[in-house]
Amino acid sequence: MAKWKSPSGYKYSKSDEWYKVDGDLVMMGITDYAQDQLSDIVYVEFPDVGTKLDAGDSVGSIESVKAASDVYTAIGGEVARINSSLEDSPEQINEDPYEAGWLVEIKVSDLSPLDDLMDSDAYAAYCESRQ
Amino acid sequence: MSNSRLEPLIFEISRPGRQGVRMPAPDVPTTEIPATLRRDNLDFPEVAEIDVVRHFVRLSQLNHGIDIGFYPLGSCTMKYNPKVNEAVARLPGYAAVHPLQGEGTTQGALALMYMLQTWLGEVAGFEHVSIQPAAGAHGEFAGILMIRKYHLDRGDEKRTKILVPDSAHGTNPATTSMAGLEVIELPSDEKGDVDLDALRKACEEHKDTIAGMMITVPSTLGVFEEHILEIVEAVHNVGGLMYMDGANLNAVMGVIKPAELGFDVMHYNLHKTFSTPHGGGGPGSGPVLCNEKLAPFLPGPIVAIVEEAVDEDDAPLYGWEMPEKSIGRLKAFHGNFGMHVRAYAYIATYGTDLAEVTRYAVLNANYVRVKLKDHYHAPFDRMCGHEFVLEGHWPEKAPGIHALDISKRLMDYGIHPPTNYFPLIVPEALLIEPTETESKETLDEFVEIMLKIAEEAQTNPDLLHDAPHTTPVRRVDEVKAAKELVLCCRPILPE
Repeated sequence: MAKWKSPSGYKYSKSDEWYKVDGDLVMMGITDYAQDQLSDIVYVEFPDVGTKLDAGDSVGSIESVKAASDVYTAIGGEVARINSSLEDSPEQINEDPYEAGWLVEIKVSDLSPLDDLMDSDAYAAYCESRQ
Repeated sequence: MSNSRLEPLIFEISRPGRQGVRMPAPDVPTTEIPATLRRDNLDFPEVAEIDVVRHFVRLSQLNHGIDIGFYPLGSCTMKYNPKVNEAVARLPGYAAVHPLQGEGTTQGALALMYMLQTWLGEVAGFEHVSIQPAAGAHGEFAGILMIRKYHLDRGDEKRTKILVPDSAHGTNPATTSMAGLEVIELPSDEKGDVDLDALRKACEEHKDTIAGMMITVPSTLGVFEEHILEIVEAVHNVGGLMYMDGANLNAVMGVIKPAELGFDVMHYNLHKTFSTPHGGGGPGSGPVLCNEKLAPFLPGPIVAIVEEAVDEDDAPLYGWEMPEKSIGRLKAFHGNFGMHVRAYAYIATYGTDLAEVTRYAVLNANYVRVKLKDHYHAPFDRMCGHEFVLEGHWPEKAPGIHALDISKRLMDYGIHPPTNYFPLIVPEALLIEPTETESKETLDEFVEIMLKIAEEAQTNPDLLHDAPHTTPVRRVDEVKAAKELVLCCRPILPE
């Protein structure tokens, strides 16, 4: 079994974010690999709801006991929702990165940038290759 | 008497009414301080002199310092702080001088600062120096503000971007943001150098908006940028200026002059390279040096000769000068003068042998690197500068062991851990910097302990997971410490 989970139904970026499409809403978070590299997450900083984003913009930062790192979006849009429950319990990202540990939901008009991202199998291979 | 190996807080040994000093009877008329200016709830600990002495001596014994043991904390250059520096800094003429004294009574102190400026400039190949900044990041801040002001002074308001490699010290992007500029992060190549293609692409794409680039030489990975001349040229070609982060100067001091590499401005860390103490986190000193182009923007005032000596038996008259278009004053008074004295003493001690310091620093680091590289994963298998990076894990042989476990285990052997988890681009990074002041015996002992820990990681991993075992404070809960920012030095005393 792979060391890190990368469930199907998600799109994955090289910078270790995941994307899940629901109509014109795209939910995103960081992958199992990313949370494992960061180790215990202690703080999450979000953009404000309503913030307009371009592809490549930072959608906040995640701080662990090791390091602080920015999270970037591969797709432009407007921040529709943030997972504010992470403010009190950021460890949800470590425990459940693909469900309870989601970060933001972005309302988008053009889904095509996601076509360039990896699927589950490609991302799993990408993680292995960095071992 | 407590048998605890932990020392109580000074507030815990306080008892109402106890005192350490018996005040003599006043020998001048007493004046009553108005009641409105008095308070009776001053929370000072009340302790006898002997209890204060024991408290602080015991605390000092719980600490680890360079005077107690090996301290290979990468990026920090924890070299020995020679005691002669302390003796010089305690001379009354330096220790008792007041910053508000006029130039008439401080010519000796000013002469020392002027000589230090000159010597630091000579080492870097720069003629213009301000020793005002009080830390490395403070020096960076000065340098980037100078670059910004240089462009604005030319009427070029579009230059708002600074190139920063992804291996950089966190202070580089922080400095850039603090100066109101924007960071363009550059990736590293597989050898640990700046990715030259990415740099050229960024220069092309942002050619009218690049203010400059900040780069550490050798890099934070401990390797010398092989393409440094090409990097300098590429940035200069699009009108950007080059800032050298001098944090790793201990690998090149006296051997290479940053000015000759083409840099425009840089800082030193006197508390690293020039042996002034890091004690308790400071005070530091981060002189900023630059070429002719940036000289008018240096922070000031700066010590200058205001009247030349009339003959060789005479001394020049020193005074203060504010550079013409200075970014302003960065520090009250004149910087951390006590550190200037120590750095001066250090340079005076070594004289022209300063390059020997560098050679031994590089030799020591490479000696340890070669002894360890077959037992720990070395991501960059090449000659290093004054420090090198290892990966502190063996996913196959010892799953579950992290760099942190290795570091904590080192504490059991009386060694200060290396820098952990930096540079960020190396997984499970352990950044090891032995410095030139350690003997071969100390280095051999460190190697032996590191090999032993590598073996323990496989044969008895719990020994590492539960480490440290022998320190007064065992493994601390870092998650809790980061999440619950409760710092309380006022415990509730028993009624």
